[in-house]
Amino acid sequence: MTASTTPTSPDDLAKALDGTGYLADAGLASAAFLALRMGRPLFCEGEPGTGKTALAQALSEALGLPMVRLQCHEGIDAAQALYDWDFPRQLLHLRALEAAATASQSALDVDAVESSLYDRRFLLARPILQALQDAPCVLLVDEVDRADDEFEAFLLEVLAENSVTIPEIGVVRAETPPLVVLTSNRTREVHDALKRRCLYLWLEHPDLARETAILRRRLPDLPAELADQVARAVQALRGLDLLKPPGVAESIDWAQALQLVGARHLDLASATATLGAVLKYREDADRARDKLDALLAS
Amino acid sequence: MSTGDRGGSSDGLAPRPHAGAVLASGVVETLGGDTDLATEADGGPDAVLEDFVAFTRLVRNAGVPVTTDRVAAYLQALRLSDLTSEVSTYWAGRLTLCADPDDVVRYDHAFAAWFSADPRDQRMGRPAPPKPRISTMAALTEPPPGSGQDGEEEETPELRVAASGEEILRDRDIAELSIGEREHLKSLLALLRPAPPKRRARRRRPARRGEPDPRRTLRAALANGGEIGEMHRRRRRERPRRVVLLVDVSGSMSPYADTLLRFAHVLTRRTPTSVETFTLGTRLTRVTRELRQRDPERALGDAARAIPDWSGGTRLGEALRAFLDRWGQRGVARRAVVVVFSDGWERGGAELLGEQSARLARLAHKVVWVNPHAGKSGYAPVQGGIAAALPHVDRLLAGHSLTTLAELLEVLRDA
Repeated sequence: MTASTTPTSPDDLAKALDGTGYLADAGLASAAFLALRMGRPLFCEGEPGTGKTALAQALSEALGLPMVRLQCHEGIDAAQALYDWDFPRQLLHLRALEAAATASQSALDVDAVESSLYDRRFLLARPILQALQDAPCVLLVDEVDRADDEFEAFLLEVLAENSVTIPEIGVVRAETPPLVVLTSNRTREVHDALKRRCLYLWLEHPDLARETAILRRRLPDLPAELADQVARAVQALRGLDLLKPPGVAESIDWAQALQLVGARHLDLASATATLGAVLKYREDADRARDKLDALLAS
Repeated sequence: MSTGDRGGSSDGLAPRPHAGAVLASGVVETLGGDTDLATEADGGPDAVLEDFVAFTRLVRNAGVPVTTDRVAAYLQALRLSDLTSEVSTYWAGRLTLCADPDDVVRYDHAFAAWFSADPRDQRMGRPAPPKPRISTMAALTEPPPGSGQDGEEEETPELRVAASGEEILRDRDIAELSIGEREHLKSLLALLRPAPPKRRARRRRPARRGEPDPRRTLRAALANGGEIGEMHRRRRRERPRRVVLLVDVSGSMSPYADTLLRFAHVLTRRTPTSVETFTLGTRLTRVTRELRQRDPERALGDAARAIPDWSGGTRLGEALRAFLDRWGQRGVARRAVVVVFSDGWERGGAELLGEQSARLARLAHKVVWVNPHAGKSGYAPVQGGIAAALPHVDRLLAGHSLTTLAELLEVLRDA
């Protein structure tokens, strides 16, 4: 798929995503397709490691669009998300003008100097402004649940208008709205007003067949048997009632780790040696180690 | 209109049988008509649309908060979808009508009911939730001070007790109050003015005292042509620290549960975004959203309807684990003040409760355990559950009366 063609059906889009190594199921493909065609942001929620962020990356690759990423954190504000003036450079510019005027013994035109200060070259475009300037593109607003409520309200405004007003310059509006993907880990419930603007996609861990396919896709050198065993073991681990059940990212890491230690198949020794790639809590590792025998036998 | 009747046939679903049609025509107008949909099915465009809009009413009745703009989005999505495929019709609705993982389950039920041929599925009514133990009897109004004389004869003694005995009421055990006294207690609870605990925020703000603020000082200096005039200072902001209330609603706690939820409502109203409330019983229920409503009666009523295991058994350890897995560890309990209201009667093994309490203590800023029995003379924390949890608890408080709840507020403020 090239940048010029837009997908005509969810299947079409799924194929394009497949080409980038991202396996999308029917729901995911419909979600991305509808988001694209309806011009609505896509709000992805789900367990960590279910491929929310990867979806945005895959979309940008599949559609041939640039990706702009806005990582949210506590205390993020408009200046970090929208734009800021490059204050030191403005000052330098001013000093340079002053010096030039002194050298040439001429008077400075105050109005001209002032308007030259608010030139585009002194404007630092932060992710949202950049996305509006670069549109069409994919704008990933990552972990929006970490930002404050106030920021959410602000985001809502920008998403609704698809434009940003800079008092000194004017309105920056995107001709084609960027494809916005918001992700949330549900550490906090995002306000309904924001969700209402979006298509809502709840992502779950993939089933066995899909997980095997993902492993083989991401790690082409992985032996089929090992991929199958890893997927089975990870599925079983998710059923173990762990503090942090492994996501797809972890199973890919695990398979890669097994490959690196030269394991041809998953046995007790290789699994114990590489367990740190898939389980990140001591309690989880202990619990899994006890049941590893049964787990590998199944 | 057959579709409207279908939606309206099951009980409690249809206050207005033709609301679907009304809504449908409204939405069709806002979309500027729609001919694409008509080609896909046998009926006219309106008939198809009405069918889908009537479906959204079923979804709403199933408990998904569907609004008109969501319906409009749904219809727009349908227009872009292949209507002959069940998968794409399903996803068009799920993506536009749902906003929460819980919504997805309800949507699935509704979808199965609406699009299945089995008429039995179409009732799709979930069993009515058990009636909560909230006193619904007409109760005595709070006696206004100095006007206790105009009551009826038989009420007078009780009124006098309430009026003169406010101090006594404050110290009485909630479980032993009469209905009238409980009503009075409600108004006293509403008068509580909780001060939320504070945490230091990441960002700083200008202040009179505190560390020097080089940026503002230099900016001010620039305005003075490079001369430093005044030293500006800044300080970390303070924000309300999150408070998580875990209320045990099992049978042994039922005399207190209503008052404790009311107390939770008072806290929630003070700082709505930083108070989270969950109920523990045989399962975990989040009632934060219900308690955020301004009106206490509505908030309590909605919360009671949301709790499926009111006055059931206790599996404290498991419920606590469910809380930590689904919410606590993800962030809700992190750096928060966690208050557990429970008598610590544990039907499951105390070992699990101990383990989970340790986990909670590692995540939370402070853990306060409020046990209504702790205020009674001769109480010793020896029951299996509380004994296992106690090593991981920062404070053990009594919560059986208004005075002790006010004490809890002080502990919260200083946490």
